[in-house]
Amino acid sequence: MTTGQAPSDKRRGNLPPLEFHVPEPCYRPGDVVDYSHLEIPEAGTVRRPDEACEARETWPLTSDLIRVLDDEDHAVGPWNPGLDAETLRRILRTMALTRAFDDRMYRGQRQGKTSFYMKSTGEEAISVACAFALASDDMVFPSYRQQGILISRGYPLVEMINQIYSNRADRLKGRQLPIMYSAKDYGFFTISGNLATQFPQAVGWAMASAIKGDTRIATSFIGEGSSAEGDFHAAMTFAAVYNAPVVLNVVNNQWAISSFSGFAGAERTTFAARAAGYGIAGLRVDGNDALAVYAAMDWAANRARANKGPTLIEHFTYRAEGHSTSDDPSAYRSAREAEEWPLGDPIMRLKNHLVAMGEWSEEQHAEMDRVLAEDVRAATKEAEKNGILGHGLHHPFHTMFEDVFEELPWHLEEQAEQAISERRTKWPEWKE
Amino acid sequence: MLEEEPVSLHEAPTRSLNMIEAINDALDIMMSHDPDVVIMGEDVGYFGGVFRATAGLQKKYGMNRVFDSPINECGIVGAAVGMAAYGLRPVPEIQFADYIYPGLDQLVSEAARLRYRSAGEFIAPITIRSPFGGGIFGGQTHSQSPEALFTHVAGLKTVIPSTPHDAKGLLIAAIEDNDPVVFFEPKRIYNGPFDGNYDSPSRTWKAHPGGKVPEGYYSIPLGKARTVREGSALTVLVYGTMVHVAEAVLEAKGVDAEIIDLRTLVPLDIEAVEKSVEKTGKCLVIHEATRTSGFGAELVALVQERCFYHLEAPIERVTGFDTPYPHSLEWAYFPGPVRIGEAVDRLMKD
Repeated sequence: MTTGQAPSDKRRGNLPPLEFHVPEPCYRPGDVVDYSHLEIPEAGTVRRPDEACEARETWPLTSDLIRVLDDEDHAVGPWNPGLDAETLRRILRTMALTRAFDDRMYRGQRQGKTSFYMKSTGEEAISVACAFALASDDMVFPSYRQQGILISRGYPLVEMINQIYSNRADRLKGRQLPIMYSAKDYGFFTISGNLATQFPQAVGWAMASAIKGDTRIATSFIGEGSSAEGDFHAAMTFAAVYNAPVVLNVVNNQWAISSFSGFAGAERTTFAARAAGYGIAGLRVDGNDALAVYAAMDWAANRARANKGPTLIEHFTYRAEGHSTSDDPSAYRSAREAEEWPLGDPIMRLKNHLVAMGEWSEEQHAEMDRVLAEDVRAATKEAEKNGILGHGLHHPFHTMFEDVFEELPWHLEEQAEQAISERRTKWPEWKE
Repeated sequence: MLEEEPVSLHEAPTRSLNMIEAINDALDIMMSHDPDVVIMGEDVGYFGGVFRATAGLQKKYGMNRVFDSPINECGIVGAAVGMAAYGLRPVPEIQFADYIYPGLDQLVSEAARLRYRSAGEFIAPITIRSPFGGGIFGGQTHSQSPEALFTHVAGLKTVIPSTPHDAKGLLIAAIEDNDPVVFFEPKRIYNGPFDGNYDSPSRTWKAHPGGKVPEGYYSIPLGKARTVREGSALTVLVYGTMVHVAEAVLEAKGVDAEIIDLRTLVPLDIEAVEKSVEKTGKCLVIHEATRTSGFGAELVALVQERCFYHLEAPIERVTGFDTPYPHSLEWAYFPGPVRIGEAVDRLMKD
């Protein structure tokens, strides 16, 4: 038997050495920021296909950017949802409440009332406007930065704070990291710390809804960073294969902790453009424009409800603050990014629009902010009556062993006895 | 979950079924009892599964309830979690246990944790069926026994039947259970019991009492072991294919062993284990899976912790080797009659 001949080394001699590419963001701490390379189309210029169109008709939109609010604070173009002033004020108020809540909880963490918090500053339009565009019983599979949806749906702030404090009134019995809410009655799935797992789950929920001939749809949110997970591919494939009534959202806030969007593939294409590879509808929207976000979710929800299939929406935005209270973004990115962000602040933009309509004023806005801060403060005081983290007012000890299974098996019963005995050894006076 | 004992073999009319037919029967019964039961997986729909476990079910219950899935275990388990959150009772099939790993995060971090992390708001009544184990010349990617990966996870139940009778009753109980269950089917004994002698003629379930399957609905509670044979000289803790191998070896050696088929690894029937070891004073643990950190280690530790003063000899552990499952040397890997026999001899030498 003869062996094959190895390719000649000579032929490779003229080739350049292979180069390894590691993405690097444009700006690091201290750098001057220039966003002129970002293509930001004028508001109102993007075509709005029919909600029942072929998926491919949307694909040009995945490299564009749907924008409704123009530089003069007017709502323009085919995507203008034409919401009345009262609805706009409600959206504005809910966004402002979300920000006031975030600010208060952030301070609470710094004051030692809990271990951890995550703000959604700069991204309020995405959660809140999506919630307003959905029916209240559509099922949401959130990531950790969609507190605006819970607040939009009227979930009590006190319950949120009880969870954040892991206190004795926490409905989740102090088991979950702060902000990992679960609110079934509000169509809000239990949040996971393992990223992107909710994406295929939302598709499964939507499949079930279709199997049962229901009318409710599902939606899910992930960050651009975790769109790199295999779960994203699983979700997109299942959504496409079963034509699931689901709206899949990628919140592209540019940063996944310290890794910029290039580590999820943003150097080469948009996140919305991935829709084309799966043959589903895709939209790319200015995530700091509440009206554009509302219009995109409304379009996709109507499409799903009409059995026309799933949609992938990329919300283009900027994470204005750290990833969490455990993060210091000044260590890896330029502070000027947030200041220079060309799409502005979502709350200011909607406020200015309402002012331009003659439906709102600076005085009203200041008064609203004052009232909201007071509401949050009152809710905080109320929740603190139930205890803050680490001050003993947690759920009864035995609950630690409950809900692992529906019924307590013998080995957990034994371990519970051991835990209680350890407790008595450490604190002989302890009673529960 | 029913608390009563399974329908007696002597009372209900029975049929002679192999394990695949018994599993198909259980699925059929649960689909007709509960409109929320749905089946998905690779090739399970029109074709009825590569091992035929879902044969005829799509035709009978429609494509909305029995359907093929993409080759994506993360998606299969992830979608099942979402379906369970909706209120369905999914019974996904993972074609081979060896393929389950891409679905592990969805199973370990999601299905197993929903009830706990949501304080009971969301549950995952999912039964993941998957053929496992070797002895069919499947090579290293169609022969593994990964049960210990799942018994290590808080919130998962792990069930392994060893006869058609048990497969049906345990699968019905698993589907009715409100917690996620990993249901591993020992594919070597789908068609008949196996005594470990690969060169002897294969047998069918027809002549075996475990192949007599009662008609209609019955369930076998999870967490209840089965005493395969009573004895006083030695306790054998075993499950799946190895139940039959152990039975044959001890029969051939004429040892008066008590063989306990665990049936459910989590929750484990610790009472049955303790009672037997306290009676016999000797314990042999057998599984086909690799040795290190295998479920046998857990069993040995439990017996040592709870029955030490009854033990008359060191506990013996017979397992597969810590190698991938080799193709050509499959029977050198398999913990067959020689390996088991030597352990029995060590235990019985005094």
